[in-house]
Amino acid sequence: MLLGFVVVAVAQNPLAGDPKAAKAGEYEFRINCALCHGLGARGGGRGPDLTRAQKKHAHNDAEMFQIISSGIPGTAMPANGTNGQGVGMTDEEIWQIITYIGSQETKSSVKITGDVAHGKALFFGDGNCSLCHMVSGNGGRLGPDLTSVAGSRTREAIIDSIRNPSRRLAWGLTEATKEFPQEYESVTVVTAEGKQIKGVILNEDSFTVQIMDPGEHIHLLEKDKLKSFQKSRESAMPKYDADVLSDKDVQDIVAFLANVEAK
Amino acid sequence: MKAQGESSKHLGRRERREHPRRSQRDYRRGIFLFLLIALLSRYSAAQVTFERLVNSSKEPQNWMTYSGDYSGKRFSPLNQINATNAPNMVAKWVYQTGATGKFETTPLVVDGTLYATAPDDRAFALDARTGRPIWMYQRQLPGDIRPCCGRVNRGLAILGGKVFLGTLDAHVIALDAETGAVVWDVTAADYRTGHSFTVAPLAVKNLIVIGISGGEYGIRGFIDAYDADSGERKWRFYTVPGPGEPGHDTWEGDSWKVGGAPAWNTGTYDPSTNQIFWPTGNPSPSNRGEGRAGDNLYSNSLLALNADSGKLNWYFQFTKHDEHDWDATQVPVLLDAGGKKLIAQADRNGFFYTLDRTTGKLLSATSYAKTTWTDSKDTDGRPVANQNASPTLEGHTVCPGALGATNYMPPTYDPQSGLFYVTARDQCDIFSTAPQPYEAGHAFYGSAYFPSEEAEPYLGFLKAIDPATGEVKHKFQHTSPTWSGVLSTAGGLVFSGDAEGNFIAFDATSLKPVWHFQMGGAVYAAPIAFAVDGKEYVAIAAGSAVYAFGLR
Repeated sequence: MLLGFVVVAVAQNPLAGDPKAAKAGEYEFRINCALCHGLGARGGGRGPDLTRAQKKHAHNDAEMFQIISSGIPGTAMPANGTNGQGVGMTDEEIWQIITYIGSQETKSSVKITGDVAHGKALFFGDGNCSLCHMVSGNGGRLGPDLTSVAGSRTREAIIDSIRNPSRRLAWGLTEATKEFPQEYESVTVVTAEGKQIKGVILNEDSFTVQIMDPGEHIHLLEKDKLKSFQKSRESAMPKYDADVLSDKDVQDIVAFLANVEAK
Repeated sequence: MKAQGESSKHLGRRERREHPRRSQRDYRRGIFLFLLIALLSRYSAAQVTFERLVNSSKEPQNWMTYSGDYSGKRFSPLNQINATNAPNMVAKWVYQTGATGKFETTPLVVDGTLYATAPDDRAFALDARTGRPIWMYQRQLPGDIRPCCGRVNRGLAILGGKVFLGTLDAHVIALDAETGAVVWDVTAADYRTGHSFTVAPLAVKNLIVIGISGGEYGIRGFIDAYDADSGERKWRFYTVPGPGEPGHDTWEGDSWKVGGAPAWNTGTYDPSTNQIFWPTGNPSPSNRGEGRAGDNLYSNSLLALNADSGKLNWYFQFTKHDEHDWDATQVPVLLDAGGKKLIAQADRNGFFYTLDRTTGKLLSATSYAKTTWTDSKDTDGRPVANQNASPTLEGHTVCPGALGATNYMPPTYDPQSGLFYVTARDQCDIFSTAPQPYEAGHAFYGSAYFPSEEAEPYLGFLKAIDPATGEVKHKFQHTSPTWSGVLSTAGGLVFSGDAEGNFIAFDATSLKPVWHFQMGGAVYAAPIAFAVDGKEYVAIAAGSAVYAFGLR
């Protein structure tokens, strides 16, 4: 307890609440952070929304300083200065960024409301979400695992993905670190024997494709041996419009996902 | 892997042992003969003269410059491997470097020895038939170097008995081609202010020509020439003109001091006019034009320099007052078409340009990829930026994106098919300003860019352009955009790699794949062809290894 107090006392943000520092931090954020965390820190392709006061890894400015400096092991969050682009940010610039994120937090009024129990019931029941999506180890594997989706996507983005699944397929990781950019594209192939296989693409190159079908069987295929190969940016996920899931239902599902993420 | 420091290391060399029964006289005679033979073989091997470089087409078994010859064609006259037998190609050897990061090297091959570089300023020599190492060198780099975009290196130059390396801490180094020992080491600039070398130098006459990197750090760019024997600097051409020099007035106030215009890709050379053609990169800060009003010469330009003096003969600026990081650092290719002496460049801004290489006059500019930044041309025929191409605070989508329609990956011109092959990308980015003060040694972008969701997915191609018309005659779509360069050979083949790790042979007349091999690592390098003992090989770096392929 005492130790914690000392660390926090040493690592107080010297620029806290300074609007000039927040402005400088906004630009530093754009240059260093926004590629993953999005313009305005509202979450991007792979970085979580940082405008929420409750964060998964950083509970105060000192912890945030530590995370920006050293990264988060086991995640895509790199340590300052390790992206192959020089020597990284100065301490002052990191504090500017923290000041900026703080200023965005106060502006964020998004409060997740909804019936978590009902959302969970829909997810694993009538909504059929768990046929393809996994949460905490339960559910299907055809679609992306949603256990921590609420930490990396805004509420609006999740709702949009339910209402218009094809508008934006799961974003593949950006190039520098992408090993395996799965984007959940839909595919229909006809094999040499005339067998049709529909599914999502696990991986692909110019000569081969690895597909998972709705029964979660994996097919490893050579393209030149197929009768046809048809890729589509239409998501394999059905469009959930208001007739299928009401606005309240959708909110409840989002509340459930947020509740999972918070745990 | 443990760093080797600044020493070279012999690998696998057998120890010589004195025979106990041999008399001392025999022994002395033996030593004398050995030294004589060593001396003779030393002077008969790996002596690459300027004349050999000028006449490189007479020795198609060797690959002696970054682009294979001075013209930048990256075309090999070897034809043992052709469109008919290419399906029988197999991997002949693989050399693992142990390096991590993007592997961008183009190897050199001279008389059976392959020389190449790897990330973190490694250099090595291999038996080109087997991939077995002869020597290895690794620069001991300071901890606080400032590479822009990875700890990369794109290759060596060779001249006399030496190979030449530019380092990430902005030194130029000559290594003994036989041993890897450092012959000389000179400092070109201070790495702490953001200077570095990533480029393969070019040997011309007795000069080692090299261009600086650091366009993301507000350096003042330059191209240097060093005496190959002594390392003495013979000339420097600043790519941003100083006070009193022509072009200085294209910079606002003191902005020229941090104006960028690096020169980080290898140029070409025309022996008949003694001109070096060297392209330059973005003005700094790369994505924000405010504060540097004007054309910002000689950023994003092609420079024609007198090889002896480094004096500027002519220049052509592809993108004036660039705000999108569209470095013009693509290999400028010398080719003759329609009775004209051309220089052709597929630029990062999405246009394919041909110029008269004796005068620098623009002959044509044709779009070869997705472009939204221009809808008109000036009186010279040069595409000019439209009103809303500039980045804004809120962010503004422009194509091509910051990575460009192409980038450093070398193209090829095949005189047999008459086509220019280039790796191309269709991608748009949101460009958003982020004003930033200059601070020495600190990244200096002035803006940020993001992938534009509207344009997903990004498309990657190999395109074949007719240089006479600028028309794209054929294209092959990759699964995703690639960073691989392209090679053409007299066997009617074009070779390139992809981001998924494939090395692919294409029919040069159709761009249909005729062979491929999965190398297990993304390609950031460009292929070469060479021959040893009458057998043709094609080699490329991928992942952290060098691969050589040949016929079964």
